[in-house]
Amino acid sequence: MTRRGSSLTAWLFLAPYLLLFGAFVLLPILLGLWISLHNWDFTLPGKPFVGLDNYKALFDSGSVSFDPFWKSMQATGIFTLFTVPLLIVVPLAVALVMNEKFRGRNIFRAVYFAPYVLGVAVVGVMWRFLLDRNIGAVNSYLGAIGLPDDTAWLSSVPAAWVALVGVTVWWTLGFNAVIYLAGLQDIPLELYEAARVDGASRWSAFWHITLPSLRPVTMFVTLITIIASANMFGQSFIMTNGAPAQDTRTAIFYIAETGLQNFQMGEAAAASWILTVALMLLSAIVFALFRLRGTMEDA
Amino acid sequence: MNGSPLIRPTRSGLSRRGFLTVTAGGLLLAGCGGGKGVGGGTQSGVGNFTGKEYDGPALTLAYWNGFTGGDGPAMQALVKKFVSEHDNIDIENNTVEWADFYQRLPAAAQAGKGPDVGAMHLDQLATNAARNVIVPLDDLAEALGLEESDFTSPVWAPGIYQGKRYGIPLDVHTIAMYYNKEHFSKAGIDAPPTDAASLEDACKKLQSSGVENPFWMPNQWPAHLMFLSLLWQFGGEPYAEDGSAATYDDDAGVQALGWMREQVDKGYSPDNVDIDAQYTAFKNGQNSITWDGIWQINDLDASGIDYGIATLPVIGSSLAAWANSHHFFMTAQAADDTNRANAGKTFIGWMSDQSASWSDAGMIPARNSAREEPQFTDSTQYAIKDQIEALHFLPPVPGLGDVQPQTLEVAVNEGILGKKSPEDALSGAASNATELMGKNLEKFGG
Repeated sequence: MTRRGSSLTAWLFLAPYLLLFGAFVLLPILLGLWISLHNWDFTLPGKPFVGLDNYKALFDSGSVSFDPFWKSMQATGIFTLFTVPLLIVVPLAVALVMNEKFRGRNIFRAVYFAPYVLGVAVVGVMWRFLLDRNIGAVNSYLGAIGLPDDTAWLSSVPAAWVALVGVTVWWTLGFNAVIYLAGLQDIPLELYEAARVDGASRWSAFWHITLPSLRPVTMFVTLITIIASANMFGQSFIMTNGAPAQDTRTAIFYIAETGLQNFQMGEAAAASWILTVALMLLSAIVFALFRLRGTMEDA
Repeated sequence: MNGSPLIRPTRSGLSRRGFLTVTAGGLLLAGCGGGKGVGGGTQSGVGNFTGKEYDGPALTLAYWNGFTGGDGPAMQALVKKFVSEHDNIDIENNTVEWADFYQRLPAAAQAGKGPDVGAMHLDQLATNAARNVIVPLDDLAEALGLEESDFTSPVWAPGIYQGKRYGIPLDVHTIAMYYNKEHFSKAGIDAPPTDAASLEDACKKLQSSGVENPFWMPNQWPAHLMFLSLLWQFGGEPYAEDGSAATYDDDAGVQALGWMREQVDKGYSPDNVDIDAQYTAFKNGQNSITWDGIWQINDLDASGIDYGIATLPVIGSSLAAWANSHHFFMTAQAADDTNRANAGKTFIGWMSDQSASWSDAGMIPARNSAREEPQFTDSTQYAIKDQIEALHFLPPVPGLGDVQPQTLEVAVNEGILGKKSPEDALSGAASNATELMGKNLEKFGG
């Protein structure tokens, strides 16, 4: 009876969240799977079942959706490849400085965290003005100090990638830095004292104490950064509008356009599933790598 | 249980036109014929409007539109005037950017949360008719005395989808050439250029007078509108009338896109003009000529720049320009309720009569007769009146508005950025567009 009671209690405690999770996460995911098997335009009465045709079209190099979709997946890949390492390393460096004791530390912390409180629309529109090829402030200042002033930050690649990655790092590094900071403050000071007594340099203390202690935090930061980067949409939607051509149109951008603008919900849902599976695989690999590294260190 | 929005009012036994003839003949009272007229409830509202003012109980109509630019305040003023003249109809005005408008409208209508009446572009009517978002308004058109002879046929014809009229025209809008008068006089140009040669000559003069890049060539909005205008000028057609194929990759298209890129190659335009930069630069006096919509007139007036407006130069073989038109529509949702339907028609009818005052928004009145009224003949845009006879509209093909941004607009972008030759850019886009259009025919035709 006690066992029964306690498991009921557990479910009762979980119920409010499970309800929300079920209604707003699980159900839409399953509905998405169902939609992806249809030629689904919600404004039309007929939504014919097409089986795996939507998936086949996305994998068939002769179909009209193949190029746009895989180009958008590639765009997402490029963006993720460059933002993730930067968003792991730079915030760590910033967090190390934040963790030091110096005058104006709070201002320093606020300065780095501040951009994160801005919405993507604010960030996007602001940088779109600043980075304009012909009338933007960035090129104007670059020219003033004798650097090339004709970089098309928003309508040529790879410059557009530099702009998108740079803006995203500037915008979100504060968030990762705060997580690192919390992790840093959890490392027992005794470890550093012991290291100092043993004559370890600052560098080797960082290498042998700070980094290993931060491993769980780093793994968390890596995973959420990968997911956030792979879901990039707003920056390219607002700053480049996918230009040049559709080179900076990311997977989510493609899905939103296909599903919500062109009303091809079936194909958009299929594309979402492919992206989801790709992300799950990537997360599993990252997870495994951190585990492997952990066991190697423990051994 | 008041009927699903999917019921097509047009399938009812008694045709509305027939019914209307009866009512218009004075045999029936329009105001009270409502509920019992045709089948009761779901669709009767659409069937018996005679142009008589709505006199039922007070109600509020939801009115959606996308007049967010220089045309916004003019529309607000009209709505206010309408409300003050009608005690029993209040208008809840909801202005959404056009880009979002066509996403939200079908979704909201589907959920039963859409507007009763609204304004949309001519080239979207067919799509929304096919999606059952909007209902036919033949009776209203007839009651208002709208006649084909009072409109240029390009505005009249595309409002009809599968034999029924879905939109009541408000205006016509097109793109024009704006020029900086100060720059022109400094460079010694006395008249706006009228063809390719005089435009090039003007650009050269402007350059030697100190404007480094006088004519910036956008590669995003409104680049595709410029391209379409030029395509028609060179004698091309973008799409087959029946919506089965994209045809802009022919010689005319290549010449049009080639000419646009040439402006960059010759240095009249800088490379990589970012979104809206050509327009912002024009307002700042950093360039001298820009092609843009006539709906920008109010905005340019407010900017204080000394500008002129002129007909597009003839770059191809004859004058032609892209055009579109705002049309009023009524939703299936409103058509379900007799009172709302009649109130909605009263509103649309009244608005349609204000066509001339709508000139304040920078637009061209749709009715030929309204274009003779002083509100238009005294307006800034009257300067491009010659262009009105040379306007071209996209054909009424359902789903075309979804196809164009992912095909033609991309090709124009690639061509002007010099990423691809005009031939390659256009032929790739056109064959994709043709395939997508085939799918649409299947989707909407069935």
